[in-house]
Amino acid sequence: MANKPIITVKNLVKNYGDFQAVKGISFEVYEGEIFGLLGPNGAGKTTTLEIIETLRDKTSGEVTVDGFDIETDADSIKKRIGVQLQAAGYYPNLNLAELIVLFSGLYGIDKSPTEMLEKVALTDKAKAKYKELSGGQKQRFSIATTLINNPRIIFLDEPTTGLDPQARRNLWDLIREIRDAGTTVVITTHYMDEAEVLCDRVAFVDGGHIIGIDTPDHFIDQLVATGFERAKQTKGANLEDVFINLTGKEWRES
Amino acid sequence: MKYSNTRATLAIAKASFRSILRSPSAVVFSLAFPLIFILVFANIGGGGMSIEVGVAKGCDTLNPVYKALAQNKIVRLIKTQTADEMNKNLAKGSIDAIINVGPFVPMKPIDMSVQYSHASGDKGAVLKSALNNIFYRIQSEQLSRIKAYSGIKLPDAVNLKETIVTGREYKYIDFILPGQLGFSLLSSGVFGTAFVFISLRLTLVIKRFFATPVKRYSIVLGEAIARIVFSLLGALFIIMVGHYAFGFTLIHGVVTVLNMLVLCAIGLIIFMGFGFTISGIAKNESTVPPLSNIITLPQFLLSGTFFSITAFPTWLQYVSNVLPLTHLNNAMRKVAFEGAGLGDVTHQLFILLIWGIGIYAVAVKTFKWE
Repeated sequence: MANKPIITVKNLVKNYGDFQAVKGISFEVYEGEIFGLLGPNGAGKTTTLEIIETLRDKTSGEVTVDGFDIETDADSIKKRIGVQLQAAGYYPNLNLAELIVLFSGLYGIDKSPTEMLEKVALTDKAKAKYKELSGGQKQRFSIATTLINNPRIIFLDEPTTGLDPQARRNLWDLIREIRDAGTTVVITTHYMDEAEVLCDRVAFVDGGHIIGIDTPDHFIDQLVATGFERAKQTKGANLEDVFINLTGKEWRES
Repeated sequence: MKYSNTRATLAIAKASFRSILRSPSAVVFSLAFPLIFILVFANIGGGGMSIEVGVAKGCDTLNPVYKALAQNKIVRLIKTQTADEMNKNLAKGSIDAIINVGPFVPMKPIDMSVQYSHASGDKGAVLKSALNNIFYRIQSEQLSRIKAYSGIKLPDAVNLKETIVTGREYKYIDFILPGQLGFSLLSSGVFGTAFVFISLRLTLVIKRFFATPVKRYSIVLGEAIARIVFSLLGALFIIMVGHYAFGFTLIHGVVTVLNMLVLCAIGLIIFMGFGFTISGIAKNESTVPPLSNIITLPQFLLSGTFFSITAFPTWLQYVSNVLPLTHLNNAMRKVAFEGAGLGDVTHQLFILLIWGIGIYAVAVKTFKWE
């Protein structure tokens, strides 16, 4: 990987009144990678993401996305990114195909609903309403809406929260496919096993600061090198492997 | 390819229109309620006044007073009830009077008794005047017979000339339909707009929109276009049903309909201003109905939706004359029944304009995007 930065964040600060949610964060996201923002609730992950997505104003600092400054070129950035919000709903009473048509209009792009739904294996749900979908289907549909404008980067905020193991793995495959097609992916998650297998690099955020940024492998090696040992030795498999082994890999729709 | 705000606006308008058509409450409030009210009131309103008069047992039915009463269109004579029932009903006011007339004997006065009831309001007085009219005619006949015998000339007290001007019949539907249209627009504008924007805000649909290149005005404009198109189609439907099923008067036909639709659009835009304001003030969806009712109910009752505001006491009429729906209703009735053009209702339009400026000034201050 050429490690060419596509997102650059320098000394980003965000204040909500007296409360400082983001306290001078700096990092880079490289083109073509899956980048994970990890950290406990309230660490400032979502705020940081929303500032990069041009949905929130920064207090100070510099952010450039694909060469554009968030302050002066928000519109150019919006055309180049796809955004999946945590817990966002969709326009009421419309089916998936109609929602894709709506988003195509919002992006000013001609995309057939079938083409977009095919990418996330939801063509048979074209006439279904968003609220009738299962958790995994909802997340896949959200990702389909982020891909409409052929974005350079997509942002996924906790896409796998609340999904069962099959749906989670299915979504990982989808995210990897998107990365392999050349789109940079920025993701937040609370699941470290997920970050470990999915992310090319991760940044740990806590209390409004970045406290570490590296590949998952490196982080683990470093910790092991300090003499860290797990209280319980890991075996060759864990309970999730048992679950998948017993219930099968194919994904359940319900 | 250059980004088109028009295209984005129309995409939102199309989505919103589809959504409105599939939302039961929008269809019920905008179409079903007005039509039900029209159906109910067009049927009970047309009957005019009727006075129920009980005929006592033993009342002579061959004398001239009874015959004259039987021919009176306002009076309905009731003979089927027992004396006991009649007395009870008279006390309740469901019978307005009980009469008992003796037989006619030439050259002798007719014996007659009438019982009125406090319970039936003005109807007793109407009956009294109808009876006096009958007595006067009987008396006049006797008088003319006397004059014929005696040759004495008595001057007439009154030389009465009655003429009836030919005019359009003002039916109750001509009153109730514009009122219902106005109310339909009011509820769609206030409830509909407030609900849509608060739910789009709370479910983060608007936030997701903001992650696309769409402009804020496109969102508001797209929603407004959808609601206006839906409401005008609804108004057209109500006018057509009113016209063809209930004989609603449209003086200049299509031109009148078009004028009415322009008024509908103006009214709706103003009412949507209240909706925007409420969506900004309300904390969540459950606070929308009480806030909306504060706006719609007083206008529903005081703006001449069901009965003319001239029936109210003067101080209440002052209140009515401040409300925007009153002026929309008045303008609509003038256009529909009197054949006025929009240039003839400038006074009403001016007051609506003032409301429009006022409410949008408030809406801009209170509206919340997130």
